[in-house]
Amino acid sequence: MSSPVIPSECAAPPLVIPSGARSAESKDPARRQPDPAPAIELRDVSFSYGKEPFIEGLSATFPHGAVTSVVGPNGCGKSTMVKLVDGLLRPQAGEVRIDGMPTLSMKAKERARRVAVLAQAARPPAMTVEALVACGRYPYQARQGRLSREDREQVERALELAGIAAFRTHELRRLSGGERQRAFIAMTLAQDTGLIVLDEPTTYLDIRACHETMELVRRLNEEAGKTVVMVIHDLDLALRYSDRLLVMERGRATAAGGVGEVLGTGAIERAFGVAVRPHEAAEGRAYALFPA
Amino acid sequence: MSELEGEKAVRRSGSLKAPFVAVASVAVLAAVTAAGFLAGSSSVSLGDFLAWATGGDVSAAAKSILVNVRLPRVLAALLAGGALAVAGAIIQAVLDNPLASPNIIGINSGAGLFVLVAASVFPQVLWLPPLAAFLGALVTALVIFGISLGANTSRLTVVLAGIAITTVFGAGMNTILIVNPDAYIGSSTFLVGGLAGVLMDDLLWPAVYIAAGLAAALFAAGKLNIMALGDDTAHALGMNVGACRLAMLGLAAVLAGAAVSFAGLLGFAGLIIPHLVRFFVGHDNRMVLPLSAVAGAAFVVVCDLLARVLFAPYEVPVGILMAFLGGPFFIYLILKNRRGSLE
Repeated sequence: MSSPVIPSECAAPPLVIPSGARSAESKDPARRQPDPAPAIELRDVSFSYGKEPFIEGLSATFPHGAVTSVVGPNGCGKSTMVKLVDGLLRPQAGEVRIDGMPTLSMKAKERARRVAVLAQAARPPAMTVEALVACGRYPYQARQGRLSREDREQVERALELAGIAAFRTHELRRLSGGERQRAFIAMTLAQDTGLIVLDEPTTYLDIRACHETMELVRRLNEEAGKTVVMVIHDLDLALRYSDRLLVMERGRATAAGGVGEVLGTGAIERAFGVAVRPHEAAEGRAYALFPA
Repeated sequence: MSELEGEKAVRRSGSLKAPFVAVASVAVLAAVTAAGFLAGSSSVSLGDFLAWATGGDVSAAAKSILVNVRLPRVLAALLAGGALAVAGAIIQAVLDNPLASPNIIGINSGAGLFVLVAASVFPQVLWLPPLAAFLGALVTALVIFGISLGANTSRLTVVLAGIAITTVFGAGMNTILIVNPDAYIGSSTFLVGGLAGVLMDDLLWPAVYIAAGLAAALFAAGKLNIMALGDDTAHALGMNVGACRLAMLGLAAVLAGAAVSFAGLLGFAGLIIPHLVRFFVGHDNRMVLPLSAVAGAAFVVVCDLLARVLFAPYEVPVGILMAFLGGPFFIYLILKNRRGSLE
């Protein structure tokens, strides 16, 4: 084919993804019990920053137990959707529910005990990894700053699960981008929620760190049973590491479902103006993107 | 960065053990406080001081100096230093601006202007100046906070806005003192900051405000650590960021305003001390705030002591001495900020 392969921002050699990891339906039966309500549900949500509507009539459902990636071109409303889920923005119409409960009806700490949201990377604070992870216990602390025994156990568990226990005394600002991102993810783990929402977790990371972060996300889903929703701009990563996709365009959801199902609809091609070509290799499946 | 490199590179924050720094700070504070009682234009012997402190026999002259001159003065220095340093640490954290401090961003001037207005209009009401100072400090803090919220507002923009506010409020204070020269006894010392002539009666209400403000600030210090993660992350962790920020600014206004009400426009303790403390113990505000209180108190006691003895028998207002130290330090911070290495 003469068309050049569009280099994915985090393109890397194909990685072996356990086949069981690729489908929400193939998980441990104990975790497949149908939940009475989805992890996140947006019902006909509209929001505007000014006069022009930015998100209009957005309805989407994120089921428990899956890794779901939200993809779409820049400015399609992905990060705004995260802020609506987090209660940082209030929808002008419609409703956002977490585990069946409207987010705006919850107190701030109650919401933070149900959903852990990791905002886009900002200037890292001047603190150690362990201090950062301990911040994840804030929603449980009546008197901020005092860690209970359970708090300390959760912090320890989060450090181990994220694979950064060895860095606990290290200053965040002196860590590599990937190590730092793992520390922030550990902070969300310390929140001890069933649901984690990550807003652009691979931004500014190099190729290796991108894949390490995504592997951590898969591990959290498979080993710790976390439901993960992530906004991600890198299609290759989204396709490789997700069970489900939600495609957004101009503030609306244009497709949702399993990865294969969404690819079959052509929604990604239409949203990004690219052709997606899966390539099977001995190490697993990779995706090449070509200009449409 | 490899794990090994990381291991070597990282162990800097909280470079000294916090308990060691805490004990050392308290020891230094005790020593300089004792020195503050002993030294001055009329010296008091260590024996007299110890006898007085322990309730023993002491000469009438020494007792008079200790009770009527040194006690209110040292107490004023301790209160002003502790309050201004903690106010500075809070303001730097809340505005995420290491260049900020009560005098730099105009909070001291706001408090000063309101004190002079209150003293002019209600000269007999002794409890009013601390309250007026708090209101002036709070109004200024809110104005600065509003400016800092603007899109793309840099740290230097906030500082420049503070300088503009200080200039305007300074003009207001001078206008009051020209129109009503008797508005404030010792007004020239008030404008530069000084502790000469402070009486125990002047300290009663400010001490109440400062004690309450310090207790509340130390209790809430951990919230500043959550705020340091950024607004979105703090919100995601369940913090009502706007309310917390306003409450912490209110506490800073209480502390700075109460200090200004008896010490005048004392500057730079709120700028220098938090940086000094962070250098030793890192950025955990649960350590930075209490240690700033101790170090700030010690710093102002030392500066006041030097102001008394450097040119004895003459005395310079302590604010002048602190400006000589703080001005160059502020320039150093600006240069560091320009290199992008200021945290």
